[in-house]
Amino acid sequence: MTDQSTGGLPAEEQREAVSNGEAKTSAESLENLIDDSHSAAMFDPSKKPVLTVTDLKMHFPVKSSGLLRRTVGHVKAVDGVSFELREGQSLGLVGESGCGKSTTGRLITRLYDPTEGSIEFEGRDLAKLSQRQLKPRRRDIQMIFQDPYSSLNPRHTVGAIVGAPMVIHGTVPKKQVLKKVQELLEVVGLNPEHYNRYPNEFSGGQRQRIGIARSLALQPKVLVADEPVSALDVSIQAQVINLLQDIQKEFGIAFLFIAHDLAIVRHFSPEIAVMYLGKIVEIGDRESIYKNAHHPYTQALLSAVPDIKQAQTGGRRERIRLEGDVPSPVNPPSGCHFRTRCPIAKEICSVVEPPLLQIDQRHKVACHFASEVGHAPERPVTAPLLGVDEYGAPDPGASPAEIPGDGPGYADTWYDLANNTRGRA
Amino acid sequence: MTSPSNSFDDGPFLVVDDLSVRFPTSDGVVSAVSNLSYEVELGKTLGIVGESGSGKSVSSMAILGLHDRRSTELSGSIRVGGDEILGKGEEAMRALRGNDVAMIFQDALAALHPYFRIGKQLTEAYLAHHPSASKRDAEKRAIEMLDRVGIPQPDMRFKDYPHQFSGGMRQRVMIAMALINDPKLVIADEPTTALDVTVQAQILDLLQDLQREFNSAIILITHDLGVVAEFADDVMVMYGGRAVEKGPAKDILVRPEMPYTWGLLSSIPDVEADTNAKLIPIAGNPPSLLNLPSGCSFHPRCPHTGKVPGNLCSTELPELLPARSGPTHFKRCHLADPEAVYREEVLPEIAPDLLEEDR
Repeated sequence: MTDQSTGGLPAEEQREAVSNGEAKTSAESLENLIDDSHSAAMFDPSKKPVLTVTDLKMHFPVKSSGLLRRTVGHVKAVDGVSFELREGQSLGLVGESGCGKSTTGRLITRLYDPTEGSIEFEGRDLAKLSQRQLKPRRRDIQMIFQDPYSSLNPRHTVGAIVGAPMVIHGTVPKKQVLKKVQELLEVVGLNPEHYNRYPNEFSGGQRQRIGIARSLALQPKVLVADEPVSALDVSIQAQVINLLQDIQKEFGIAFLFIAHDLAIVRHFSPEIAVMYLGKIVEIGDRESIYKNAHHPYTQALLSAVPDIKQAQTGGRRERIRLEGDVPSPVNPPSGCHFRTRCPIAKEICSVVEPPLLQIDQRHKVACHFASEVGHAPERPVTAPLLGVDEYGAPDPGASPAEIPGDGPGYADTWYDLANNTRGRA
Repeated sequence: MTSPSNSFDDGPFLVVDDLSVRFPTSDGVVSAVSNLSYEVELGKTLGIVGESGSGKSVSSMAILGLHDRRSTELSGSIRVGGDEILGKGEEAMRALRGNDVAMIFQDALAALHPYFRIGKQLTEAYLAHHPSASKRDAEKRAIEMLDRVGIPQPDMRFKDYPHQFSGGMRQRVMIAMALINDPKLVIADEPTTALDVTVQAQILDLLQDLQREFNSAIILITHDLGVVAEFADDVMVMYGGRAVEKGPAKDILVRPEMPYTWGLLSSIPDVEADTNAKLIPIAGNPPSLLNLPSGCSFHPRCPHTGKVPGNLCSTELPELLPARSGPTHFKRCHLADPEAVYREEVLPEIAPDLLEEDR
C-alpha cells in the first residue's frame, strides 16, 4: 500500500517518506502514529539546567557618519535577559521582529560577543572565553539557521557541508567522516547516497534537513534553532518540526527554539519566554503563558493570532488592538519599555521599570499591573516590593524587599497576586 | 474607461471561467493554472489557499494582465463587471488596472519606488485615472487616504520616502494606493505574510473595515488558513494549478472533503488546540508544474489512495463535483465517502477535543 501511494515519487523522497516514520502513508500505519507521538512536548521539572543565562546584554554601537565615526548611541538589542535551559528540554523565544530574540540566539552560540552578562555552560562562563578557548566548547552548542537557501554553501557538496564540523574539530578520523555523514543524512531522512550532490539539487525542506544534519554532526548538547521553519511551505513545516522532535527525543538535546509563530512555539516548547524590546516580559510554562498570560503584551500577541477554530464557532475573538509600532531600541521609552503601547499603563510605568516577578511556581512576569485580561488592579502590585508609592516616587516609609524569582531559574517561593502574600510549592 | 456597471446588475463582479495559464519554456510547458473557474461578488472575500507553486498568484496576475504577453499562453475567460478582459489590448488593461481592479502586493518595500516620495506615488495613481483632476485635488485625496488607513500626521508623512516608514506603515501606504480610485475588486497577494502578528491583525482589521465601507470584492491570496478563517467568506484551495476544493469558508475548514485540505489543516498547530493534537505533515514535496503527476495531481502524496478502487487516482483526474455538506461546496477527489474518512481517521489525530464536542 505504501508502495502505491509513494509510487510516483523520486527515490530520494520515497526514502524520506519511509525513514521519516510520520510520513508512512497507508491506513494501517496511522495506528502506529498514535504511539509514535508527535503531540506537543511536555515540561519535565526534574531535569537539571544545562545552560544558565544571567543578565545578558548586547549593545551595538551606532556610529556617526563622517571621518571620525564617533559612537553616538547604542542599539540595545538585548538588554538584561536571564533564563535557564534544562537538559533535553526546550525553551521557546517569541516576540515581534526587532525584539532581540535572534540576537539572544547568536549570543549563546557566541556569534556575537556579549556586552555584559554570563552564559554558564557546564560550569564555565562562555561569555568570557576567548575565541581560542571557545573552540572546543563550540561543539556543544550548535545552530540551525532560518534560511535554508543562504545558509548552505552552493559550491560545496552535501557531504562536505555536513562533514565540515567533524573535520574542523577532528572528532572523527578522516577516513570515517563519509560514513558518519551518511549516518547523519539517514537520521534526518535524506538518502545517504546523495552525499555528493549540491544544495541546489534539493528542495527547501530537504535543505533544512541538511542544515539540521550539519548541526548534529558534533553531537551537541544544546541546539539553537532560529526560525527553523518560517522559510518553508506549510505542508513541509510539520515535517521539519516532527524531525526536530524526534531528534530531541533520541539524542536528548536541549533546544532554544526561536520563532515568531506562537502556535508552532506552543507545540514545540513546554516553556516559553516572550520578549519585547530586548527584555523578557513574561516567561513560564505553556499553561501559564497561553492560558493564563498576565502581561498585556503577551495577551495582545495571543489575541492577534488568527485562529482556524473561529470558523467552527462562527464568532470572532475579542482582539486587543495595539496602537503604533515598536519604539526604536536606540532610545527605548523610560520605565517599562511597553508603556507607550500598553492599554493599562499608568504613571508609575514611565518612572520605574517593572522587575521580572515570579507570580506562580513556573511563571514570571514583568508588569506593574500584572493581571488577567480586563482585571487590571487599581494599584501597582510591584510598588511595595520596590519601596515606591503608586506613582513611582520613592516611598520613605517602605523599604525595598527581595524580588521573588530574581535570577535565571524559578524560586521555590513566589509572590501570590491574589492575596499579596508569598506563595510556596 | 466606461463604467462596467451598466452591463451587469446582479451576479458576481468577477467571473473566471475555465482559465488556463501556460508558460512555454526551453524545458517544456509549465502549466501554472489549469481549467480554473471561480467568481467573486461585490462585498465578499474569496480566500485562495495553496503552497508556493500552486498557481494562486499566477491566476490573479492574469486578471490584471500582469503576465508577459509574449511568453504566456492564456485560454478561458475572465469577466470583470461583465466585460471580457482576456485579449484586451495593453491600453485597455491600463485603464482597468488600479481603477476598477487594484492589487496589494506582499513586499511593500519592493513594490514602492524607493526614489519617489510617498505622496508623489499616491497622486500619480490618482491622476492616471483622473486626467481632469488638478494636482491639488490629487494631493488632497492622497492625504485623505493616508488618514483613512491610519497613518498619523498624514500631511507630514505625505512628503516622506518609503524607507522612512516601518513595515506595517508601508503596507498601509500600499493599501491606500490600491484603494485611492475606489476599486471594485482588490487582489491582496499575501498582504500580511511579511508582518508580525500584531501588525497583521491591524492590517486585516483595516482591510475589513474598508471593505465594509466601499463594498468592494476582495481576493485574498494566502497560505495561512487562520487568516482565511478570520477574513474570507469563500475559500478555494489550489494544488498543482487546479482548484481541488472550494466553497464557503466554514464548510472548507470544518467539513473538508479533500485529503490535501486535511493535510493542510493537520500540518499546522493551533494556539488553542488540545496539546494531544499531533502534527501530521503531508509526505513528499509539491509537484513540479513542468511535469504534473498523472490523474489526480495530489495522488503521490495522498495517504488515502488505497481506499479508491483500482488505480483510479493515478489514471483519472477527478472532476470538481459538489460535496455532501452543501450545493456550494465542491471537491476534486475520488473518495466515495470522504466525510467518514475525515471523522474516523483524520479528526481523532489532529483535534481530539473537537471530536468530543461534536458527539
